[in-house]
Amino acid sequence: MQPILAFLSGTSLLWAGLLFGVVFGFLLHRGGVTEYDVIVKQFLFRDFTVLKVMFTAIVVGGVGVFILHGQELANFHIKPATMLAVILGAVLFGIGMVIYGYCPGTGVAAIGAGKLDALAGFVGMLVGGMLYAFTYDWGAAKILPVADLGKVRLPELIGLPEWLWYVALVAMAAGVFALVAKVEKGRVA
Amino acid sequence: MKNPRWNPYLVGALIGVLSILTFSIADKPIGMSTGIAQASGACALPFLGGEGVAANTYWAKKAVPTWDYGSLFVVGSFLGALLSALISGSFKITTVPGVWRERFGPSVAKRMVAAFVGGIVILYGARLADGCTSGHGISGSLQLAVSSWTFFLVMFASGIVTAFVLFRRRHA
Repeated sequence: MQPILAFLSGTSLLWAGLLFGVVFGFLLHRGGVTEYDVIVKQFLFRDFTVLKVMFTAIVVGGVGVFILHGQELANFHIKPATMLAVILGAVLFGIGMVIYGYCPGTGVAAIGAGKLDALAGFVGMLVGGMLYAFTYDWGAAKILPVADLGKVRLPELIGLPEWLWYVALVAMAAGVFALVAKVEKGRVA
Repeated sequence: MKNPRWNPYLVGALIGVLSILTFSIADKPIGMSTGIAQASGACALPFLGGEGVAANTYWAKKAVPTWDYGSLFVVGSFLGALLSALISGSFKITTVPGVWRERFGPSVAKRMVAAFVGGIVILYGARLADGCTSGHGISGSLQLAVSSWTFFLVMFASGIVTAFVLFRRRHA
């Protein structure tokens, strides 16, 4: 039974969406991930900003939400592991991200920073959204049901204790950061 | 031009804190691509009419074109970046990024067409996978969702292959 967290509803929830969005866009810009070069160089292993931002966010947010969830102060919102759809979608996403040079969030933020190519890609994203809507019924019948594991989390799929997963998450992030620091130091020297 | 950038670890930690706030105060994960799909439904209104859009399963059930938390989050993200760019004095209208220019030349038209096509592909992929770098990459991964870690790893691998195919150095 998930706790009902009705702190906000109606108009105040709308304002919260706008306000949280403003903070998110502000942070994406400050992080430098609204730059095409920063994103593409991550995939070429010439810049590690994207990994640093994402893994830190995952660790801090992950531990925080896990603690709040334990106190029944937050719900999990797990997306279904429709494996074929997730894998096909992720393949397309990776191709699109390098050609567009932004992801949907950083693209929207990059428009705010004055990047007109991000705006052209946003128009493309609107078209992509339409194409998906037009093909949704077909995908829902043929793609989404294939290898659908449901709204499953790693601790449920692989039966290790919750806390161990979070220890592993923090350790993995620390390992990645150490490796990145070593690579960056090697390049400066 | 001033450098507006903060330490990426600090920015990541603050996005983590923002996630904690959105989960606890609004009961929502951070996400972006559903809001853009909602906007695509709004853009289809002039062509299909209200009934035409409502007759589409996806826009009727999954991404209803309306002003709600998710679609306003998209608008907020645009405004937040604009705000950051303006107050840091780094707002600048640009068309062709450096890495692109080095590889494909200074043509604005070429870059715009590529960005447009890339935009189509990335959002179709994001909707098929039911999330993007925000919804899966950050919000889903931090909850240890199987779908999200699968997305993260496959997306990254696909991006690496694409980047090396497009931008490999000829004489390296």
